[in-house]
Amino acid sequence: MVVANIVQAVTMGLRQELKRDKKVIVLGEDVGLNGGVFRATDGLQKEFGPDRVIDTPLAELGIVGASIGLAVNGMKPVAEIQFSGFVYAGFDQLLSHAARIRMRSRGRFTCPMVLRTPYGTGIRALELHCESGEALFSHIAGLKMVVPSNPYDAKGLLAAAIRDPDPVIFYEPMRIYRAIKQDIPEDEYIVPLGKANVIHQGDDLTLIAWGAMVKTCQDAIQKLQGKYSVEIIDLRTINPYDAETVISSVKKTGRCVIAHEAPRTAGFAAELIASINEKALLSLHAPVVRVTGPDVPIPLAKLEGHYLPDVNRIIKGIEKVMSF
Amino acid sequence: MPKKVLRDFKVEYLQILDENGNCDDALMPKLSNEEIKKMYEMLVLVRVFDQKAFNMQRQGRLGTYIQFKGQEACQIGSAAVLEDDDWIFPMYRNSGLLIARKHPIVQVLQYWNGDERGMRAPDNVNNFPIAISVGTHVIHAVGAAWAAKLQGKKQVAVTYFGEGATSKGDFHEAMNFAGVYSAPCVFFCENNQFAISVPRAKQTHAETIAQKAIAYGIEGIQVDGMDIFAVYKAAKDAVEKARAGKGPTLIEAYAYRLCDHSTSDDASRYRSKEEFEAWVKKDSLERLEKYMRKKNLLDDAYKQKVLESSQQIIEKAVTEFEKIQPPDPKDMFKYVYAEMTPQQKEEMEELGIK
Ligand SMILES: Cc1ncc(C[n+]2csc(CCOP(=O)(O)OP(=O)(O)O)c2C)c(N)n1
Repeated sequence: MVVANIVQAVTMGLRQELKRDKKVIVLGEDVGLNGGVFRATDGLQKEFGPDRVIDTPLAELGIVGASIGLAVNGMKPVAEIQFSGFVYAGFDQLLSHAARIRMRSRGRFTCPMVLRTPYGTGIRALELHCESGEALFSHIAGLKMVVPSNPYDAKGLLAAAIRDPDPVIFYEPMRIYRAIKQDIPEDEYIVPLGKANVIHQGDDLTLIAWGAMVKTCQDAIQKLQGKYSVEIIDLRTINPYDAETVISSVKKTGRCVIAHEAPRTAGFAAELIASINEKALLSLHAPVVRVTGPDVPIPLAKLEGHYLPDVNRIIKGIEKVMSF
Repeated sequence: MPKKVLRDFKVEYLQILDENGNCDDALMPKLSNEEIKKMYEMLVLVRVFDQKAFNMQRQGRLGTYIQFKGQEACQIGSAAVLEDDDWIFPMYRNSGLLIARKHPIVQVLQYWNGDERGMRAPDNVNNFPIAISVGTHVIHAVGAAWAAKLQGKKQVAVTYFGEGATSKGDFHEAMNFAGVYSAPCVFFCENNQFAISVPRAKQTHAETIAQKAIAYGIEGIQVDGMDIFAVYKAAKDAVEKARAGKGPTLIEAYAYRLCDHSTSDDASRYRSKEEFEAWVKKDSLERLEKYMRKKNLLDDAYKQKVLESSQQIIEKAVTEFEKIQPPDPKDMFKYVYAEMTPQQKEEMEELGIK
């Protein structure tokens, strides 16, 4: 076991997979000599050489497009996009090609690539450095969307993403990159995709979140000091999400709050609520409540506190459901 | 059959003022003593600003800040040839340019402190908000220039970007459109040799950025980006050409970032001290000072006066900046659509924002 934060866990996951499989390569802007702007690839170029840990030109569409070509011809590219707001520059390649290769070639060609990128607001970052686009990517059939919330999962989910036969978007929660430290195994392990994690058992209400918002939810429950028995589900994989865990929890508690920092309209909570309505409507004691960012471009530092759902807003959501 | 040479291309480099302040009079653009002094004063002002903003970030009085030290001549020299009514499409490293283009210093500080109100351009200048997503704005200059042409306006659009941005497809598309529509625009590439840690040589296998113009049938030139006269001359030629309806130009200003990439960066991880020191010697400000001394345009007293008055201007702006109240949370909703959506109204109410 070794104490690691999420950035270090990502590095460990990358190292584990680079060692395990010669086909794995890491590419992106500043990932080599500089070790990435968050140091997530720190030391890897030195360890594995410039042919496996590669500084690319500044071109997100190029990084994604080249990764597709690399992947179809036998490599396992793990691309880093410096901030999630810049994945959009590679969106066309993701949507038109990465997601569709298996389908278009009737299974003859596949695209086992991973796109890692830090996401989320709350760190006084510059414009477009704070996006939460998980719903956008989840809307594209053929892509998987994964968001870890702690170091253990970050390493294990990343390894699983790299071994996955399909393209995976791997969102790293920038706000808690260094805020959470955990003992994690140095030995090889994976955390399977598509499986949610019940991180806190409870009977009164199901609270669903992912990424950095999981910590905020945990803090909210702590602040409630046992007032309600809350079950917290860390969704971990957004697409394909673990409907079984969500539905059986909601059937048990009959109440649900979903928290995400992305804007509300067409956010991923909407999909979860639809699924709950389809499969657990008659178990509900109250309408499901969403605690989300509002429908605005994510503001800069001076207003981000008004945007980002915090402990109090989550508690307000919980009270609304409990008092229905 | 022997191969024929279809085209033979050349790439030109322009320097007027060398590192020792020696000037090539034959190339020297027409500039009055007053104009030269004005450029010098602006160079000093933005350098004082840059250092002050950096210090404030370190003291926790400002958010993430992007310095532009080493690139002042690029920004001041080119701004000097523009009319207020011309358009600029700047990037994040262009605080100096914005100041030269009459963007209030207080607002520049506000922006770097995470307050969107800082980017609201004054009504009398066409300063587009800076692009944070690298290279995405280059094509906007082409569109704006094209619009000027279509409407018979005499405006020119100039866009600023780094050499890293030229790796993006956006750059290719912009250059191509500009060529096809003979748009009155200028592509101003501030080649500071690094895209964060990635050196120019890893960015493109081409020897110069300037030569990229050739492929689009437009003119390209490389200039010494730390020579304010060369920048001024190249920019003036390009802007006049565009205004006369003779199409776009790519200017590669060959310079160096005499600072970290941003206040979150540590350039010593990827650049040698020797390389840095060698470039410090080429600095635009010292070079101009040497020249002005030779021409009796500058003495110690004048130099001191300019420095002091710059410091006063910046300090005054800082004092004003620090008195500004935080923005109204309603601002977050106010400028998204012409009219707020019903959903937004509901969300505002839920958040208790009036
Ligand atoms: C599309 C996009 N990708 C990545 C980034 C992160 N980033 C900010 S500046 C920068 C380097 C840009 O280099 P260059 O274009 O040469 O301009 P410079 O910063 O050197 O002035 C990078 C990679 C970004 N802002 N936008």
